[in-house]
This record gives sequence, C-alpha cells and structure tokens, in this order.
Amino acid sequence: MSDQEWPLWEVFIRSKQGLSHKHVGSLRASDAQLAVENARDVYTRRSEGISIWVVASNNVFASDAAEADAFYDPANSKVYRHPTFYDIPDGISHM
Amino acid sequence: MIPSSHALLESNFQSKIDNEIKIEPKDWMPDDYRQTLIRQISQHAHSEIVGMLPEGNWITRAPNLRRKAVLLAKVQDEAGHGLYLYSATETLGADREQLIDDLHEGRAKYSSIFNYPTLSWADMGAIGWLVDGAAIMNQVPLCRCSYGPYARAMVRVCKEESFHQRQGFEIMMSLANGSPAQKEMAQDALNRFWWPALMMFGPNDATSKHTAQSMKWKIKRHTNDELRQQFVDATVPQAELIGLTVPDPNIVWNDETKHYETSPINWDEFWQVVNGNGPCNKERVAARKEAKENGTWVRDAAMAYAKKRSALVTE
Ligand SMILES: [Fe+2]
Ligand SMILES: [Fe+2]
Ligand SMILES: [Fe+2]
Repeated sequence: MSDQEWPLWEVFIRSKQGLSHKHVGSLRASDAQLAVENARDVYTRRSEGISIWVVASNNVFASDAAEADAFYDPANSKVYRHPTFYDIPDGISHM
Repeated sequence: MIPSSHALLESNFQSKIDNEIKIEPKDWMPDDYRQTLIRQISQHAHSEIVGMLPEGNWITRAPNLRRKAVLLAKVQDEAGHGLYLYSATETLGADREQLIDDLHEGRAKYSSIFNYPTLSWADMGAIGWLVDGAAIMNQVPLCRCSYGPYARAMVRVCKEESFHQRQGFEIMMSLANGSPAQKEMAQDALNRFWWPALMMFGPNDATSKHTAQSMKWKIKRHTNDELRQQFVDATVPQAELIGLTVPDPNIVWNDETKHYETSPINWDEFWQVVNGNGPCNKERVAARKEAKENGTWVRDAAMAYAKKRSALVTE
C-alpha cells in the first residue's frame, strides 16, 4: 500500500502570447516538474496553451469569502475613481 | 424577529442561486448541497474512469490505424474528464483517495451503462453514438450548474465530447453501409445498447428522489424524463437515416406532442445493474482495483524521487 498521496497543484495556463496565465483547475503530482508534464496531458490535449504554471495548492492564500463585503467595502464609496463621475459639457471631444 | 444567522446564510445562498450567481469553493453553502455535489461529481468522475474499460477492450483490435488513433484519443479524453471531476470534488473538501476507495469497495456508484460488455467492433460505434450522445444531453445543462468548478469542468468536457459522438456515429454509418454481415453487426450493437442508453438518464421523474432539491439548487436544470425524451427525439431519426432500427416495436411519432412515444423501460434491469448485478460489474471494479494496485510502485517511486531531489536542493 502506498503511504502517501501526491500533493495537489493548481494549474495556470497561458493560451497565447500576450494573454495572462489563467487558472484552469488542479491535479496531483509528486513534484513540480511532473505536475507541469501532467498538466500538459490533462489540460492542453488540444493545444490550449503555450505556457504552464503550477503552484502547490497549500501555497495559495486566499481572501476570506465570508468577509468579502467588509473587505471590499472601502472601494464602494470612491465613485470618483471612475471617469463617469465627472461632468463634461457636450461638445468636448477626445476626453 | 431576527432570523438566526444560519437561516440568513441559507437565504443568502438560495438568493444567489436564484439570481444565477455561481457558488465558489470558499463560499458558504449548506452541508446538503456540498454532500449532494460530492456524491454527484464523484459518481460522474468514476463513470468517466470506469467508462474507459469497455472501449479500452477494443483499442488493440481496431480495424485500421485511423480508427485506432481516434479510439485512443477518445479514451484518453475520458481519463481527462475523470481527472477534471475528481479535482472538482477536492474543491469541496472531499478526499480523492477516499472517493476512489469507495468505488473500489463497492460503496460508490457509477453509470450503469459501463456494466455491459463490448462484444464486437460495432459496439465502439454504438457507445460513441448513443452513450456519449446521452452523456452530452446530460452534460450540456451541467455547464450552467450553480457550482462554479463543476460548471467550468463541464464546459471543458462538453467541448471535448463533441468528437466522441461523431466518431461513433461514423463507425455505425460505415458498418450500416457495408456488407450484410457488417450491417447486422451494427444493428446488433444498437439492439444491445439502446435500452441501457435510455436508462443512463436515471429513474423516472415520479421515482427520482433527488430531482426536486437538485433543481431548486440549480445543480440540475432538467428532469431525467425530459432529457431522455430529448435524446429519443434526436436519435430515432439518426438511426433511420443510416438504415438501422431502434429495438422498440412501439415507437411512434406523436404529431400533437411533437415527441416520440416509446415502450416502458425495464426498471428492474436498471436496478439490478445499479445494485451490482449487471453483466460486468465485478469485472469493472476488479480491473480498477488491479490498475491501482499495480501502479502503487510507480506512485511510490515518484514520491521517493521527489523527496530525494528536494533534499538535494535544500542541502
Ligand atoms: Fe467523458
Ligand atoms: Fe461524461
Ligand atoms: Fe466521451
């Protein structure tokens, strides 16, 4: 009997040059190198990617979903960060 | 009266669902929702993995290199589908090894269809056409499932699934247009897989105990009978077009309802197969157990190598 389960990795794929890596899912592998190779076989069988990142899942520290309201609250009152906050008279263009 | 915090969480959760807002892994969710998803997604994962066996049976005997490469790619996709789905169960906090042990110890279910044997090459056609066809009908609405990771996995699966049905139909069509013996082989495969394919959609709505809750949670979007009807309506004309006959003497088009009417399904057979007494249940689980046991040394060696290498790096 095997004594240890392979660790879990989160997989990020860049689909083409110029786009950012995007989370696609996770998989299990014994180390980072094999995680990359497994990710190629699991997530890019139809040429969906040109670059793969893997991150050990236990290294991902996430914001708390239950605290989301309070956590993102500071931005809610700052409507002046959006261009639509400002009145610009008709006839002004290129702004 | 101030609602208890649990009731508040529960009503926030349901209103997200009602407003088509996806539930993500770290969001609060009722325990029943979590357990229902773990059960459904793991059964789906097991089905993808066990489903490789009946087709794997014919890879070495495919009639030519093209068919062999296609079947190999198809079966490899099914492995991928299983992996996406096991990953989705892990986002719910399920233990993947435990789920696999549950399958191997007979505590978990998988689609009853994979407990039927594949007796001829034509069965590769019937499976792709009917079994993947039925799976697609089930899976397309799951792309809109309320649970984000499951929905995203299904989007990926559905994209890959579309060639599976086509390659199967192509096999059936070639055989149906071939020699009388080949046509007979295709008809025989259709005869054997038709009813089990209809059973894939699960029990009749009247007897399906999870449907109402799953629809409220938007895990399911259509009832079993709705999807089954959709499948029958799509498939019967396809069979006619290639000169094959669906093995149901009572099948008839109802011009008022715009649906086909069929004979009743033999639910006794369905429950026999679900409860472990189908033609291949024991063989399938034994094959999975054996594969896992035979792979132990590979997994252990990879782990030992990883440890050794990381020790070298940190020294
Ligand atoms: Fe699949
Ligand atoms: Fe599937
Ligand atoms: Fe498939």
